[in-house]
Amino acid sequence: MKLAVCINHVPDTATKINIAADGKAIDRTGVTYIIGPYDEFALEECLRLKEKNGGDVTAISLGGDTHKETLRKALAMGADKAVLLKDDSARDSFAVARALADYLKEISPDVVFFGKQSVDYDDGAVGVMVAEMLGLPSVSVCVKLEIANGKATAEREIEGGREVVETTLPAVFTAQKGLNEPRYPSLKGIMGAKSKPIEERPASIVAGKTELIKMEKPPAKPGGKIVGTDAGAVPELVRLLHEEAKVI
Amino acid sequence: MKILVFAEQRENKFKKPAFEAVKTARSIADQLNAEVIALVVGGDVQSIAPSLGGYGAQKVLIAEDRRLAHYASRAYARLVADAAQAHHATIVLIPATAMGKDLAPRVAVKLDAGLASDCTALNVEGSEIVATRPIYAGKALTKLKVNSAAKVFTLRPNVFAAGESNGAAAPVEKISADLTEQDLSCVATEIKQSSARLDVSEADIIVTGGRGLKGPENFAMIEQLAEALGAAVGASRAVVDAGWRPHDEQVGQTGKTVSPSLYVAVAVSGAIQHLAGMSSSKYIVAINKDKDAPIFQVANYGIVGDAFEIIPALTAEVRRK
Ligand SMILES: Cc1cc2nc3c(=O)[nH]c(=O)nc-3n(C[C@H](O)[C@H](O)[C@H](O)COP(=O)(O)OP(=O)(O)OC[C@H]3O[C@@H](n4cnc5c(N)ncnc54)[C@H](O)[C@@H]3O)c2cc1C
Ligand SMILES: Nc1ncnc2c1ncn2[C@@H]1O[C@H](COP(=O)(O)O)[C@@H](O)[C@H]1O
Repeated sequence: MKLAVCINHVPDTATKINIAADGKAIDRTGVTYIIGPYDEFALEECLRLKEKNGGDVTAISLGGDTHKETLRKALAMGADKAVLLKDDSARDSFAVARALADYLKEISPDVVFFGKQSVDYDDGAVGVMVAEMLGLPSVSVCVKLEIANGKATAEREIEGGREVVETTLPAVFTAQKGLNEPRYPSLKGIMGAKSKPIEERPASIVAGKTELIKMEKPPAKPGGKIVGTDAGAVPELVRLLHEEAKVI
Repeated sequence: MKILVFAEQRENKFKKPAFEAVKTARSIADQLNAEVIALVVGGDVQSIAPSLGGYGAQKVLIAEDRRLAHYASRAYARLVADAAQAHHATIVLIPATAMGKDLAPRVAVKLDAGLASDCTALNVEGSEIVATRPIYAGKALTKLKVNSAAKVFTLRPNVFAAGESNGAAAPVEKISADLTEQDLSCVATEIKQSSARLDVSEADIIVTGGRGLKGPENFAMIEQLAEALGAAVGASRAVVDAGWRPHDEQVGQTGKTVSPSLYVAVAVSGAIQHLAGMSSSKYIVAINKDKDAPIFQVANYGIVGDAFEIIPALTAEVRRK
């Protein structure tokens, strides 16, 4: 089974975000980068599918040289091959999806995995866009997946429950927390990853379809009110919720 | 100019975000002198379709087939894109629900359109729409424009007002579904309802418990308060990872994003990844014994104290009222 996973290199979710002087990007000083948390579930799922069905896993990232760090981690976790689609400019989901789709078309995997969303631009769009560009079915926000006899049954999270989805293969999936528990790379994996090559290729570039006007910090919340320090404050809290906020 | 709205229904009932999207389309249309067309896809939706007129739809298209009773991503996406093209709608609004977030990227590619997802505001500036959307889990906001001829926007539920229906009924026009094998290569076959009475992503009030509650048995207290308030129960990741609560209750970066009218955080520290999922709630109440817990920085009202004492008192007071 040929498996591919697209992984992004994103700021650690605990990082404080400051806006750069031009108001068009974040200030990268002091920001540490990690593999996208959802992309890690996606990678783990590919590794498990490989362990069960045989085959190989290709990890793909689109971006600058810094993305090699995340590709290296994917190799250490057990990916067989890593590909960097080189591109140094920031692009919208449409352009990212186009570049990833162009490469995936060449290698035509049976299963392509994405995270359900990047934790930088939070678009939650690239995986399904790629599916549409490749003319493949897709299941997004998967929390469970079973593959047998060239078909997949997945469960995706929806409001108030889960939707069971059946699809033919090849197909695209996007991973949600709950799908699996990602492994830690073993020492052997880490050592091995150092000697595995990362293939570099220029990304195919198309113009994006959205234009960033500006980035800003959300308006600060006006300071809250501490109503009290024990159960004696409860009647006042309920009064405020009822009369001032009018939410109960 | 025409605006097409995908009016999501499940089990032949509209979800509130469908009304929010139609109403938002109406307000944009009024400023741009445009027409609002809604599209309803499903198994048997004829009877509910006209009601979208009450929120400002001038016409409602319906695509019915029993095989569309459950969500089928490729079929739904094709029907939305076909309807947009057939009616020359250049703006497509879709609720950013589980269904809408899955549908919109496909529709965008089919229409060669740019997508602004999970928007929290759409403002008409001159003849253009400027979208506001949170990024970095709400730690920053972007304002953006879509430059392609066709434009797709998804709207975060509970943020745009639906208001009340004015009772008007819109004319309904059937479109043929003409389903192909490819349309049905990927279909939902079943919905597994979660055991929760009410899901956090649809609730107007949420009571969330955190690790400070010490054990799963103490969530009975949270459930009672939630019941008294008509609220859903939420959970921090710490308690989900500990196996005290199911993942579908998790709020935050790797859980659900919610914007209820009232969010009550009990013994939750307010880690940045938790705030990511709930800081756009309209009112936030924090109950925590640590006065320096970061949750107080986003709370409108707080009690610094012991949850084990305060929550039962709060439940009793809410019931008394
Ligand atoms: C990639 C990533 C993604 C994450 N995603 C999420 C996510 O989606 N959602 C999420 O919630 N977290 C997420 N986290 C985890 C997050 O960083 C925190 O670890 C988590 O939110 C802490 O949960 P908590 O507030 O319940 O527990 P704690 O941080 O342990 O806080 C417990 C609180 O209870 C208070 N307390 C203790 N006893 C009492 C008492 N008797 N009465 C009142 N208060 C009391 C304490 O003062 C403390 O503030 C993520 C982390 C990472 C790295
Ligand atoms: N630059 C990138 N390189 C590789 N994969 C990416 C990149 N950007 C996004 N993805 C993938 O697409 C998913 C969704 O991203 P987004 O639509 O930006 O939220 C991510 O979880 C990744 O799997």
